[in-house]
Amino acid sequence: MDALFLSRIQFALNIGFHYLYPPISIGIGLVLVIMEGLYLKTKDHKYKEMTHFWTKIFALTFALGVATGLVQTFAFGTNWARYSRFVGDVFGSALAAEGIFAFFLEAGFLGVLLFGWDRVGPKLHYFSTICVCLGAHFSAVWIIIANSWMQTPAGFHIVDTSFGPRAEITNFWEMVFNPSAIDRLCHTVLGCWLTGAFFVISVAAYYLLKQKHQIIARPMMYIGLSFAMVSLILQLVSGDSSARLIAKYQPAKLAALEGLYKTIPSTPISVIGWVDTANQKVHSLKIPGALSFLTYRDFSTPVTGLDKIPQGEWPPVALTFQTYHIMIAMWFLMFFTALFGCYYWRRGTLERQRGLLWIMVFSVGLPHVAQQCGWISAEVGRQPWIVYKVLRTSEGVSSSIRAEQVFGSVTMFVVIYLLLFSLFLFLLDRKIKQGPEHTHLDDQIYTNPVKF
Amino acid sequence: MDLPFLWYLVMGFATLAYTVLDGFDLGVGALHLFARTDEQRRIFLNAIGPVWDGNEVWIVIMMGGLFAGFPNAYATVFSGFYTLLMFLIAGLMFRATAIEFRSKQESSVWRSFWDVVFSLSSILVAFTIGVLLGNMIEGIPLNEAQDYTGTFSQFFGPYSIVVGITSVALFAMHGTIYLAMKTEGEAHRVVRRWINGAIVAFVFWYITTTLATLIYMPHMLDPFLNNPPLFAFPLLALLAILSIPYQVRKGNDGWAFISSSICIAFLLVLFSLGTFPTIVRSTLNPLTNSLTIYNCASSEKTLRTLLIVVAIGLPFILAYGFWVYRIFRGKVRLEKSSY
Repeated sequence: MDALFLSRIQFALNIGFHYLYPPISIGIGLVLVIMEGLYLKTKDHKYKEMTHFWTKIFALTFALGVATGLVQTFAFGTNWARYSRFVGDVFGSALAAEGIFAFFLEAGFLGVLLFGWDRVGPKLHYFSTICVCLGAHFSAVWIIIANSWMQTPAGFHIVDTSFGPRAEITNFWEMVFNPSAIDRLCHTVLGCWLTGAFFVISVAAYYLLKQKHQIIARPMMYIGLSFAMVSLILQLVSGDSSARLIAKYQPAKLAALEGLYKTIPSTPISVIGWVDTANQKVHSLKIPGALSFLTYRDFSTPVTGLDKIPQGEWPPVALTFQTYHIMIAMWFLMFFTALFGCYYWRRGTLERQRGLLWIMVFSVGLPHVAQQCGWISAEVGRQPWIVYKVLRTSEGVSSSIRAEQVFGSVTMFVVIYLLLFSLFLFLLDRKIKQGPEHTHLDDQIYTNPVKF
Repeated sequence: MDLPFLWYLVMGFATLAYTVLDGFDLGVGALHLFARTDEQRRIFLNAIGPVWDGNEVWIVIMMGGLFAGFPNAYATVFSGFYTLLMFLIAGLMFRATAIEFRSKQESSVWRSFWDVVFSLSSILVAFTIGVLLGNMIEGIPLNEAQDYTGTFSQFFGPYSIVVGITSVALFAMHGTIYLAMKTEGEAHRVVRRWINGAIVAFVFWYITTTLATLIYMPHMLDPFLNNPPLFAFPLLALLAILSIPYQVRKGNDGWAFISSSICIAFLLVLFSLGTFPTIVRSTLNPLTNSLTIYNCASSEKTLRTLLIVVAIGLPFILAYGFWVYRIFRGKVRLEKSSY
């Protein structure tokens, strides 16, 4: 194992572990805005207790998001020094903007959100909650812009310097609005919203199953289901648009996502299958013409296969194919969970559907699996490029690090992450079992019945 | 317009903000185990509770600013200081989680464990920052491609260790003064007992660092010899240090904190005066292989964009930063939502 391979493992490990938390912060951030907004509007204390409860979960997640996110600001320079030199002029500006526009907003107002309940008025507190939520979203904006630039680079030219060639910005806004930025941002943020929605659904379902805190769990379920349904439908539109974008700008990636070794008319979509990389074949259940239709809106136009692309520029097909299909499968699982949830909710019998409620409890994992897989397919599918068609991943790794060093740090991260993740789950479990408080609720049950 | 220099000033401001603000967080952490009771530890922890997160963002700005404005320096320093930075990362990660996890369980074993983690990680972070600074002053072996050619043990030369200890002492002093300002009653009396020791320790290590620099790092002295009026700055730094015990004795904790912050500012100014325009000195060939703000800078267009971003963002950051500090002004009270 060389420093390049270990650095790739380390980056995947760091970013994959980090990405468990920001989607929760972004999704729950918006959930907090909804809940506290409902409290301000209705003055109903159950929304206040709900907000308090989710604030605590938010704080726990946020701490881990910060701890694991700090690693990323170092990771480019430590392991990818040649990449950093090459892209710093472009990529660095987006990161700096993220720090200045997003992190301060989020971290600054977090103090007020967590500790300011008795120190500022309700409106000012709500303002802080909105700022935290905005900060979380802004941070997604800038980091996705930076990542999208690596997928579809724009607004730069290559200049020779005494350190060798590097990319320099020619047009800042072209860099910001690079062809895939907006689509990928929507797709990512919707994924985060789904994470928040299913987290809320999961906790509410747990309380309904245990017949605890129902006063709070019922409106929580309603909020979660509505939020999930809206995000799922939007995600369908966004997914379609993102895939067509890939067809246009990264044909090699699309070929790998769908396992297309050969360019054929009426290109099919594989629903499920496996990739035989040795014989360059995909054995799968196919829908003929579907990919042609989704890509070009007609059933016959062929979609570019890997045979049209030099073999030195092929991404690893099997991993890209499988993770992409798992991501899509997760959408269907989430969709049916939410659909049945809504159906029984409307009929008023959801609380008797113990099987469905248990599925809902575990559905908290679905968006996480979808996002991890989606990111793997997006990043592995870009290989062998670190900046698409501009710089190869192998040309980006630091030249002064040795394999033993990286092996040491990978080991350190594995140990730290195992520790942090088990503690996170332990504390989360405790928090959820403890549940929200009912200080003002008991006398309110009869005077202010649940309306949904 | 000298754009790299303007960006250097922005980076200097971010560094100042980080060392003054997260400096007291680190100091409070370093002293955490000296507090004996759980209540005192909670009071001290909650003194930084609502603000430490925002303070720590400044280190992210330093990293991001270096990456964006001086990408070559970011690349060389971070890949060169690889293993040292891994310790810093581990320290920062454990510190963030310790603060959040500590209060989540009542058990005394749980809390003592996170107390130790919080304290050790704070000391580790403060020490590593000092060692980094020490290495930047002393220089590291950089070849013509400006890549690091040394080994891990080379980071721990005697000079860097002295600077590392000095930075722990500096932050510890800064942290005690902050706590004196934020506490009352018994907790305040406890802090008061620490202050003198902290000041003496800092002054001792400060003198050691200064002597070591004068004797072993003569290149730090050249800018002052070439331009004697600059000697005003070491004198001002000395005045700031002297005013700390003076304000403490008079019981003006707020002014003592301001003096301590000014002291940090002057130490940073001395560091920049001695090293400018070098970011990292090459010991192999200081003249050609060193990283300076000019041979590391991004393109003019990018630097201009970055300065616009800062010009738009900074007023907001300062405005709500002040607002948050105002909300949590005064002595610490333990409340239901506290850590």
